[in-house]
Formats: sequence, C-alpha cells, structure tokens
Amino acid sequence: MTNPTTVATTGAKSEEETAQLAPKENAALPPRQHLLDLDDLSVAEITDLLDSAEGMLEIAGRDNRKTPALRGKTIITMFFENSTRTRVSFEQAGKILGADVINVTASASSVSKGESLLNTVKTLQAMQIDALVVRHPHSGAPYFISNHTDASVVNAGDGTHAHPTQSLLDLFTVRSHVGELAGKKIAIVGDVLYSRVARSNIIAFQKMGAEVTVSCPNTLIPDEWQLGSTLGEETGFGGLKLARNVDEAVDSADVVMALRIQQERQEAGHLPSLREYSERWGINSQRMALANDDALLMHPGPMNEGVEISSEVAHGAQSVVEEQVRNGVAVRMAVLYTLCAPGKSSRLADSDEAQS
Amino acid sequence: MAARKLAITGGRVIDPAQGIDRVADVLISNGKIVEVTENSSVTGYADYEVIDASGKIVAPGFVDLHTHLRDPGQEWKETIVTGTQAAAYGGFTTICAMPNTDPVQDSAAVVEDVMRRAAADGVVRVLPIGAISVGQHGKQLAPMGELADAGVIGFSDDGNPIADANLMRQALKYSVELGLPIINHAEDKKIGAGGVMSAGLVATRLGLAGVPAEAETAMVARDLQLADLTKARLHIPHISTIGSLVALRSAKECGVNVTAEVTPHHLTLNDEWVFGLKGEIPAQVGSEAYDTNTKVNPPLRSRSDVEAVIEALSEGLIDIIATDHAPHAATDKVCTYNEAAHGINVLETAFASVFALVDAGKISVGRLIESLTAGPAAILGRDLGSLKKGFSADVTIIDPGSQWLVIPEEFASKSVNTPLRGVELTGRVVTTIYQGETVFDLQSGAIGTFSEGVKAGAGQ
Repeated sequence: MTNPTTVATTGAKSEEETAQLAPKENAALPPRQHLLDLDDLSVAEITDLLDSAEGMLEIAGRDNRKTPALRGKTIITMFFENSTRTRVSFEQAGKILGADVINVTASASSVSKGESLLNTVKTLQAMQIDALVVRHPHSGAPYFISNHTDASVVNAGDGTHAHPTQSLLDLFTVRSHVGELAGKKIAIVGDVLYSRVARSNIIAFQKMGAEVTVSCPNTLIPDEWQLGSTLGEETGFGGLKLARNVDEAVDSADVVMALRIQQERQEAGHLPSLREYSERWGINSQRMALANDDALLMHPGPMNEGVEISSEVAHGAQSVVEEQVRNGVAVRMAVLYTLCAPGKSSRLADSDEAQS
Repeated sequence: MAARKLAITGGRVIDPAQGIDRVADVLISNGKIVEVTENSSVTGYADYEVIDASGKIVAPGFVDLHTHLRDPGQEWKETIVTGTQAAAYGGFTTICAMPNTDPVQDSAAVVEDVMRRAAADGVVRVLPIGAISVGQHGKQLAPMGELADAGVIGFSDDGNPIADANLMRQALKYSVELGLPIINHAEDKKIGAGGVMSAGLVATRLGLAGVPAEAETAMVARDLQLADLTKARLHIPHISTIGSLVALRSAKECGVNVTAEVTPHHLTLNDEWVFGLKGEIPAQVGSEAYDTNTKVNPPLRSRSDVEAVIEALSEGLIDIIATDHAPHAATDKVCTYNEAAHGINVLETAFASVFALVDAGKISVGRLIESLTAGPAAILGRDLGSLKKGFSADVTIIDPGSQWLVIPEEFASKSVNTPLRGVELTGRVVTTIYQGETVFDLQSGAIGTFSEGVKAGAGQ
C-alpha cells in the first residue's frame, strides 16, 4: 500500500545536502505554529532558533531583564507529569518576555476529576490563550492537543517520544563551546528505549551533521535494533551507531551525554541492579579520559550521582550541566517568541473577521 | 411477507459450498431457497418479485463469527438493533455476538436475554458466544453446559486471554463433550508488557510501547499444544503473525482440530497506518499521527505479516474471515493513543476492503466469498452460508464495480471508529436478504426494519 521509494527519514545529512536543503526547506515552510518535535524543523529553522537564543541569553543575564516582547500574551504550562526544572524554565522564559504565564498541574486541574484531555484543552481554547506548553506521560499527546486548539503547542516532553526544547538547549550549549556542530562526535549513554531526550537528541544532532553513538544495556534498545550496528534510513534514526560497550561509544567523543536511569527499569527487569548499571555504563573520570581532552560532559538532569554519572565528573571541569539549565531559559524564550510573536495571535484573525 | 416469492435473476451466483460459480437465477419462497437455476428470461417468473442482478455477484448471506454488539451494557457504542443493521449493510445475515458485554454472557440468563431481544429487534440472525470463565476473569470456568443448552455456538473470553494454562486445558477438555469450539484471544500479556501497537520501526519512531508479534505466537503455540492434548476444538480468533501461521500449519498437519480466522484489517492494513496517512510513511511525524482509529488488539502488524496472512487465507491455512467488529464511542477514540480503546468498526467495510485483494490478484473472489460463507458455516455446523435448497433464504448481492467513499457517519452502526474514513473502496454490498426479506437495499436506503434508529442519509 505504500511505495517504498516514498520512505523518507530524518537521518544525518552530509554537509553538502544540508547546505542545499536548508534554504529551500525554509522557504517552503509556513510560519511555525507548534513545536512538537525537531524532526519537522529544517536546519535553517533550528539555526534561527539557536541564533535567537543567543540574544535571549544576553537579555536573561541583564540586571533588569523584563522585556515587553510578549506583553499581552497568555502562556499556559500544563504538566501532567512532575517536573520542576522544565516547568520553571518555561515559566521564567515567558515572564522575562513579558507574557502572562499560568501554571496548571494535573493534580490541581480538573483532569484529576475525570475530565478528558479534550475537554480541558477546549476549555483553555475558549479562554483564547496564545500558547500551551504541555508535558504528558503519553507519547503523541501534544500532537493530539494541537489538533484541538488554535494556540501554539509546545511539547515539553511527551511519553517516550520527544523533548524538543531539551534538544535545542543541548544543541545551543554544544554550539557555544565548539562552534560548528557538523562532524562532531556525540556519545549518548543511557536508556534509549524509554528516553525522549535520547530520541530527540539523536534526531537533533544528526540533523545538524554531528555523528551520534549510543551505548546502553541491550534491554534498553528496541528489539529491532542491534548493538554493534549502524541504523538504516528506514528506522527514522538513520546513521545512528549502537556501540557494543560504553568505552567504544565514549572513545574520542567531543560530547559525552549521560541520561538519567530510572529505578523502575530495575523493577521491570531491564536491569539486574543500578549498581551493575553504574559499573558498566556509569560515566566516571576513567571513561571521560577516553573522550577528547576538551570533551563536554552533559546531563539533562536530574542526575543520580553515583549511578549514571559520578559526582567527580558531574561537578568537574568538563561538566556543562549548569550551563544547560541556564541556556534552557534562553532557548525557551526563543521558542516562545518565535511561536507567539506579535501579529501571530489567533485572536487577531477573529478581530479581523469581526471588522470585515 | 413470509410467503414472498423472489427471483434474483441474471447475476453471477457464487456459492462455494455447492461449487457454483456461474450466471444463474436464485429462487426464493417462504423464506427458503427454492433453487439455483439456469438463467431464464425474466418473463419466466410471473409469480415472482424479480430482482435484476445482472452484472452483480449473488452470494449466500455472509456469516461473521466475531462481532461485538456491546448490548447489554454499552448501548451508547452499539445496540442489538444498530449492530444487526450494520451487519445487514455489510452483507452479513448471521453474526456471532462476543460475550464481553456488561453483564458478561457467562450465564444462561444473559445469553437468553440477548437471544430474545435479537429475535425481536434484530435485523439479522444473532448467535451468541458464551464466556469461558465466570465474568471473563480467567479464574473459574463459566457454566459451559448451561450456556451450551442456552444456545451458544462456542466459548470465548475475548479480549481477555486465558493466561492460566491449566484453566485453558480444562476449558478445552470440558468443551469436548459439548462439541463446541474454544475461541481464545491469543496474547501473552507479559511479553506484550503494556504495548499499545505492534513493536517495530513505527512504534519506535512514535515512541509508543510495542507489543512483539511473539506475544501472540507464544500463546497460539501453547493453545495448539493443549488442543492436541485434549483433542478439543480450538478456534483461533484474529490470527495475525507469521509465527502463529507456522504453528498453525504444523498443528493442522498433525491433525489438531483447529480452525483460524483473520480480520479484514489484518489483511489490508499494517502498522504504518498509525502514522495517520493511510499507510504512507511520512518524512516527519505530523499532527495526523497517533491515529487512535488504528488502535486494535491484536495490533496492526508489519507488512510481511500482512502478506503472510493474505497468502494463508488464499491457500486455506486460515479458514475464514471474521470482522472483530468493535464499535467505540468518540470519547474512547478522541484522546491520546495510550488512552484509546482497542477496536475497529468493521462490518460495513469488511467485504469491500478485502475485495481490494481480489482486484490485486492476491485472492480469488470464490475463496473470498467462501471465507465469509461456507467457511464460517462449517465451523458453526449449521445449515447456513449456502444457497442449497431448503436453506434459509439469506442472500447478499454485490456490485463488484461500485466505487464508494467510506463516510462513517453514514454507517448504520452507532460508532464511527474506522481508519478507513475517506478511503475509496471498490465493490459494494447493494442488497441483503435475510429469510427472504430485503433487510438492506442500497438504492432505496433505509427500509422496513430499518426505520428506527437509522442515521439520516444512511446507505445513500
């Protein structure tokens, strides 16, 4: 029913292809309404967002950092999962830009009273909000929401699918240290099966021309993937290398990214113990020594120090973990500004209609 | 009305039970088949009401071994009235009602209630299936003897696999005396581990937890072993994996008393449909992805599984097609993929969707009709699914060239949960005759028993 030749993927492109595609894709794209994942962003769009975040970082570092850029705009953060840092990051980003930010948490909202997600979204839609920042335990929930609201939807993490603003801030952080991302070697160590950060970062870094290698226990990759192989284009993660062991992944890497390992993985039988995980996949100074001398150490947080990352390296000279958090605010400012910029309101269309 | 004399003339009569595939006339009187006779001129049937079926296919009324009527208990999704109307629209004159109602059909009282109301309000024949275990909880056998006496045609805890191998063993053994099949939804839930679609590339890209094909295959293999041990009749519902087919072939070769069904959706749709683009693979995941109307159990499988079940149906390894018609309300489907209920609304698209495989040369039209008529009738062991003299005059007339667009709001079913919305299908049931009465006629739309509860514009 589908012609195999129509199969397209988001794998790493050569620099040449990227250079050819970028302006063309950009020109063809309508103004962006939602940020659901990075797979539908062109290299040019990503670059624009990162460039914009440079300016935002400067604003966020000012003594008086309140700007009127999004004054009169309403942004709602709706978190169906606990997350202090991402929610606060978005809230700060919106407030620095002058928007009104309202935080809704699932336990405080009518969702816990059995109201459906659809009705919650329709209620917020009726209040004519500008942007909805959503974190949800179900993959695809922001896509569903985007079909039922005129507001811009920002995916702040959906199930095991995607976490695009985390990837943008990771790209931004690496770019600020190494400049050009193309050709850089990125090692991601952690739970690829369940981690939306891993998935979005694989897509993001490969899209920018970096080489990504992951390492994790065989129980934490999809069954159709094999350790020691390179994924084909049909997987949607074409070019991704699956290392046989952590040393192979970290070897001469420019960036080493450790991901949080959840206690639940042990309980579900994916791991014998966190201790064994720490011994075989934990990032410590010995393993960092295999990477390039000036390699960056990253972690999306919150860290389990002593499990996936040793305290020594987590707070060592190569760690950029705190920079990631700081950059997160700037990147989210860039995202919110891009999506909610003056003149993009759905209310504008309504008032135009009313006049005509 | 019962004395109606009807001549269906000039159609291509396909009755696999009798080996008939030729242009002929079908004569009906008093609700029974009189004969299939050489095509004569219309004037030859002066006493008869004539339906001109030239250019059409005339088949025995379809028999569906696997229908969810949702009644009693979930009447907002479907009722005996709307479910049997949907059956008539789809060309089905006999449907077997799965017992996962509320209350569960695990006692004669509930089964008799369904049968009584189906006889009074139903548009086509409803045969009930009884539960294997009390409440479908998989703990204790339901009163299978009492259920058999009440008229069930088999036993199933559909949707709930019998996880306990000993309970499955005992159910099979107990059923031998009753002569009725055990129909076990084969899925090892532990292997599936909370998956919501088929494991594979698509699930990985969408970040949805995947159920491996082996979750089905493992339990099919177990059930076949237990059927061999007990010499009971096993019927495998909605078989969908290559591994299950390998096990089925081996068991059949060893003489295990087993039959298997496949659904229209497992024959025609694969897991790529979850992207929401009717089987196209997108360059990027878009807002149409996570199409909850593709969520079904067993999940839509890989391309190779789909090719394998088509071939197995064509050669007869898979005995029949059954719909697993599973209507759900909007609230069950307008939600996230994880929250969505399993199930597809199938009755009204069943024939046409599979007829595409005939057009593609993958299965013969004779085999397709056999798998909807003589095949299921043989499993039921009843005088159905054929145009033999004296059989109930259940006839389905199909226009093989008719092209139509699937608009679920036009369904007779109460629910609209199909991923085929907006898809153009070829081949359409135009008339359904049940016990000599026309219970569905596309041209005139709602008729007779349809007056109540039919949606505006249905069948237009």
